[in-house]
Amino acid sequence: MLSLTLLFIPLAASLLLLFTRGGLSRNLALVFTLVQLGLTAYAYSVFKTDGATAFEFLRNWSVKPFINVHFSMDGVSLLMVILTNLLLPLIILSGYNRETERPHVFYSLILFMQFALNGVFISFDGFIYYIFWELALIPIYFIAFNWGGENRTQVTLKFFIYTLAGSLLMLFGFLFLYNGSPQHSLDWASLIANPSCGCNQSWLFWLFFIAFAIKIPIVPFHTWQPDTYKTAPTQGTMLLSGIMLKMGTYSLIRWLLPVLPEGVKEWQSLAIALSVAGIVYASIIAIMQRDLKRLLAYSSIAHVGLISAGIFAMNISGLQGSLVQMLAHGINVVGLFFCADIIFNRTQNANVEGIGGIRLVAPKFATWFMVVILGSVALPLTNGFVGEFMLLFGVYQYNTWLAVFAGLTIILGAVYMLRMYQKVVLGKPIMENMVFPDLFWNEKLVLITIGILIFVLGIFPKPILELTEPVLKTILK
Amino acid sequence: MDNFLALTKLITPASLVALFPLLGFFVTSLFGKSLKHASGWIASGMILLSFICSLFLFLNLPTGASLNFNLLEWMKWGNITLSFGILIDPLSLVMLLVITGIGFLIHLYSIGYMHHDEGFSRFFAYLNLFIFFMLILVLGNSYLVMFIGWEGVGLCSYLLIGFWFKNDAYNDAAKKAFIMNRIGDLGFLLGMFFMLFYFGGLDFLTVNEAIKSYPINNIIIVAVTLLLFVGAMGKSAQIPLYTWLPDAMAGPTPVSALIHAATMVTAGIYMICRSNLLFAMAPHTLEVVMWVGVATSIFAAIIGIKQNDIKKVLAYSTVSQLGLMFAALGMGAFESGMFHVVTHAFFKALLFLGAGSVIHAMGGEQDVRQMGGLWKYIRITSMTFLIGTIAISGIPPLAGFFSKDEILAAAYNSHKEVWVLLSISSMITAFYMFRVFFLTFSNSFRGTEDQKHHLHESPWTMTLPLVVLAIFAGIAGFWGMPAVFGQTHLFSTYLSPVFEESKSILGSEHHAEHSTEWMLMGIATLAALISIAVAYHFYVKSKLVPEPDSETKGFAKWVANKFYIDELYDNVIVKPMMVISDILFVLIDKLVVDLVVMATAWIVGFTGRTLRLVQTGNAGFYLFAMVIGMMILMFIQLVY
Repeated sequence: MLSLTLLFIPLAASLLLLFTRGGLSRNLALVFTLVQLGLTAYAYSVFKTDGATAFEFLRNWSVKPFINVHFSMDGVSLLMVILTNLLLPLIILSGYNRETERPHVFYSLILFMQFALNGVFISFDGFIYYIFWELALIPIYFIAFNWGGENRTQVTLKFFIYTLAGSLLMLFGFLFLYNGSPQHSLDWASLIANPSCGCNQSWLFWLFFIAFAIKIPIVPFHTWQPDTYKTAPTQGTMLLSGIMLKMGTYSLIRWLLPVLPEGVKEWQSLAIALSVAGIVYASIIAIMQRDLKRLLAYSSIAHVGLISAGIFAMNISGLQGSLVQMLAHGINVVGLFFCADIIFNRTQNANVEGIGGIRLVAPKFATWFMVVILGSVALPLTNGFVGEFMLLFGVYQYNTWLAVFAGLTIILGAVYMLRMYQKVVLGKPIMENMVFPDLFWNEKLVLITIGILIFVLGIFPKPILELTEPVLKTILK
Repeated sequence: MDNFLALTKLITPASLVALFPLLGFFVTSLFGKSLKHASGWIASGMILLSFICSLFLFLNLPTGASLNFNLLEWMKWGNITLSFGILIDPLSLVMLLVITGIGFLIHLYSIGYMHHDEGFSRFFAYLNLFIFFMLILVLGNSYLVMFIGWEGVGLCSYLLIGFWFKNDAYNDAAKKAFIMNRIGDLGFLLGMFFMLFYFGGLDFLTVNEAIKSYPINNIIIVAVTLLLFVGAMGKSAQIPLYTWLPDAMAGPTPVSALIHAATMVTAGIYMICRSNLLFAMAPHTLEVVMWVGVATSIFAAIIGIKQNDIKKVLAYSTVSQLGLMFAALGMGAFESGMFHVVTHAFFKALLFLGAGSVIHAMGGEQDVRQMGGLWKYIRITSMTFLIGTIAISGIPPLAGFFSKDEILAAAYNSHKEVWVLLSISSMITAFYMFRVFFLTFSNSFRGTEDQKHHLHESPWTMTLPLVVLAIFAGIAGFWGMPAVFGQTHLFSTYLSPVFEESKSILGSEHHAEHSTEWMLMGIATLAALISIAVAYHFYVKSKLVPEPDSETKGFAKWVANKFYIDELYDNVIVKPMMVISDILFVLIDKLVVDLVVMATAWIVGFTGRTLRLVQTGNAGFYLFAMVIGMMILMFIQLVY
C-alpha cells in the first residue's frame, strides 16, 4: 500500500492547493513535498528490510482488454522515486524569493507533476505506465505555456506535439506487444518472462526507442529541448531536465532492454553510436553558445548522451553508471539551472559574454556555482565522476574507440563549462550598474544542499550501487 | 611479527597526514573573514603537522617494509571493487617529505608575500587544498586514488593560477592549464580502463601481480603505459602538452614555486616511478618516454635563452628539467629521475621564491631588463638565488650536479646520442640561468627612480625559507654520491626495494669504469663553466642588455616567441573548434535537423489545409466522391 501513499500525497496536495491563495500555496507545497521526502526515506528503509512486498499493489481493472493496475517497487524504481522526491523540495524552495503569478495554480501543477512522475516510476503494467507517462506531460506543458518567456506559444507547442508524437509510437508498440504476447497482458513481469513474444522486435524496437529518444533527448531527436529549456520558467526547466528526461533513460532500462532484448541486440551498435555522436556533437555546440540556459541545455544533451550510451553498452558497468549518473545529473542540472536563474533574475541578461565580474560582488554565489560545475565536469570525489567513470568503462567494455570518443566529454565539458564560468562570473563586470546581491537564504539553502549532495554521492555511492545491482542482474540475464 | 606491529602503529599517522591540510582548508575557507592574517599561520601550522607525521612515518617504517591498507570501499559493482586506500613505502615517503617540507616553507613564505592581498585567507585555503590533493596523489594505493589527487591538484592549480580573477589573461591561463591537463587525464582514464579490464583491478598490488603473466612489450602493456604517459605529459608539461606551464606563471609566485616547480609538475615522474614494473615491461614505451623527455629538455632550454620575464625563464627551465627527468626514466634510471625530482624541488623552489622576493622588492616588475644591480639592495635574496643558480647549472658540489651527473652517466652508458643532447641542454641551462642572474643582480640598476626608492629586502618569513632551501640546495646532493667517491648512494639504496623487480627485468645496469665517470663529471663541469663564462662575458663584461621586443629579428624572434607554438595551437585547434561549434549550431542543428522536424509539421498543416477545401457542404460532390471511392474499391477487389 505504500506505493498508493506515494501517489496519494502529491495528488491530494495538488488538489488542495487549488483552494489556497498567495504565499500559503507555496508554503503548503513545500510542506507536502517535504512530507513526501520523509515518506520516501521511510519507503527506503522498508525496502531495505522487507523488499518489495509492502509496495505491491495489484488490482484487475478490466478483463477485456486485460488491464491490471499494478504498482510495485524495485531498486531502480526506488532510486528514481528518491530522485524525484529529493529534487522537488529544492525546486519549490528555489522559487521562494521570486514572485509568481497565480502561485496556487503553479504549485498545484508542480505537485501534480510529482504525482505523475512517481506513477511512471512505480508502474509495472504497461498500460498504467503509459497513462502516467502522458499525464506527466500535461502539467509541464501548462507550466511552460503560462509562466514561460518569449515565444512560449510556439516553443511549448512544438515541445508538446513532438513528445506526444513519440508517445504515440510507444502506444502502438504496446498494442503490438499486447496482441503478440501469449497472455495478452502488458504486465512487466509477464512481458520480460516472454521476451520473444512472437512480434517482430526489429522494428518494434524503433517504436519504443524513438519515444524514449525524444524524451531523453538523444541526438537527432533533441531540437525541441534547447528552446524549451530556455523558454520554460526555471522551475519548469528543473523539472524537465532534472527529472522528466530521466523518464526516458529509466524507461530504456525498465521497458526497452528487458522487453525487447532481440531488438536491442540488433540495433545496439547503432543506438550506442548515435548516443556517443550526440555527446561530441552537443558538447561542441555548447562551447560557443551565447545564451546561458541554452548552453546548459546542450551540456545536458551531452551528459544524457553518455547515460544512454552506457545503457546500450548493456553491461553491468554501463547500467550501474547510468543509474548513478541519472541521480547525479538530476542534482547537478538543477543546481546549474538554478545558478543560471539567479544570474538572469538579477541581471536580466542571458548573454554569456555580456555579464562578467559577479565574483567581485557575490563571492558566495561564485563559490557554490563552482562547486556545481565541478560536479558537472566530473571531478573525482564529486557525484559526476562516479557516474562518468562507470559509464565510460561500460562503453569501453563494449568498444575501445567509442570510449575514446565518449571520453572527449571530459575535455569538452571542461572547455564549455570553464569558458562560461570565466565569462559570466570572473573578470571585470561588463554590464554597467549591475546590482548583484549575494545569495538569499533560500538560495543558500538550495545550493548548499546540492553542494553537499554532490560530495556525499561522490564519496559514498555504495548504497545506490547496492540498491540497484540485483535488478540490473535480472535485466541483463 | 615485529614488522607487523610496527606497521599497525603507523596506520593512524598515515591516515592523518593528508587530513591536516584538509582541516586547514575548511577552517581557512569557512572562517577566513574573521581569522584575517591568522589563517596564514593556521594553514602553515597544518602543513607543519603533516610534515611531522611524515617524518614520524619516515623514521618508523621498517626497512624493506611497506604499509598498504584500505580505508573505505568506494565503488563496487559486478565483480569490481574499488577502494580508498593508502600505501606508504620509500617512494611515497620521499614525496611526502618533499611536499610537506617544501610546502611548509612556501606557506611560511606566502604569509609575507601575500600580506597585502585582499584574498589572503582564500589563498591559504587553496594552498592547503592543494597540499591535501597532492598528498592523496602520492599516498594512494591504487591508480584510482592517485587519479583523485591527480585531478584535484589540477583543480587547485586552476584556482591558484586564476587567483587574481579580475584579470582575464590570468583566467585564460588558468583555463588553459586545466584543459590541457584534462587532455592528459583522458589518457590516464583510458589507461585505467585497460587495466581494470585486463588486470582486474586498479590497485598497484593487483596490477603488478597481473602483469607478471604477460610477455615483454605485450600490446596491452604498451597501450597502458603509453596512455599513462599521455597523462604524465599533461601534468608534467612535456611536448606537446607543455604550453600551459609558462602561462601558469600568472599565478602568485609562491604558487609557481610550490605547484609549478616543486610538486605538482613532478607528479608525472612519480606516477611512472610508481608504475615502474609496468614501464619496465614495455621497452617500446620507455623509448618514447626517453625521446619525448630529451626533445622537451632541449626545446624548452632553447626557448629559455630569449625570455626576459624572470618567471618565464624559470618556467621554461622547469619544463626543460622535467624533460631531463623523463629522459632518465626512459632509460630505466628510475631512482636517478626521482633523485633529480628531489634536488630540483629544492633549488627550483628556491629560485622561484627568490624571484618572488625580487619581484616583491621591485614592486611587481618581472622584466629583467628593468632590473640589474640588485646585489647591493637585497643581499640575502641575491646570495640564495646565486646558490640556486649554481645548483641548477650543475657545478659541484651543489645538489644539481650530483643528480644531473647521474642521469648523464646513465645516458652515456646506454645511449651516447642522448648523452650528447642532454649535455647540450645542460649547457644551455647553465647559460640562461646565469644570464638571468647577471641581468638581475649585477651591474647597475636600470629601473625607474620610484622602483629604486622602493627596493628593500623581504621580511623574515620570506627570507627564512630562502635560507633553508639554499642550505638544502647546497647539501642535498650528498645523499646521492656517485660510486667514485667510495660512498654509498643513500638515496637509491633507500628506494631500491621499490625498483627491485623492474631492475631485474631491465637487466643489470652497466656500470662505467671509474675513469669514465671522472671524465664525465669533468666534461659536465667544464661545459657548465664555459657557459657561465660566456654569460659573464656578455652580461657583466660587455654589459649587454637584451633588446626591446620590437627589435628582435630573425631566428631570435622565433625563439623569443616560443616558436609560435601557442599561435599554432590556437589556429589549428582552438579557432577551428570555435568555428565548428558555430557551424554545427547554426547550420546543422538549426537548419538541417530542426528543418526535418518542422517540415513534418508543415506537411501535416499543409495536408490539413488542402483537405479542408474538399469540405464544401455540397451534397452532390460528396455523392460523386463516394461513387468514385466505391469504384476504386471494387477495382482493387477484382484485381487482387
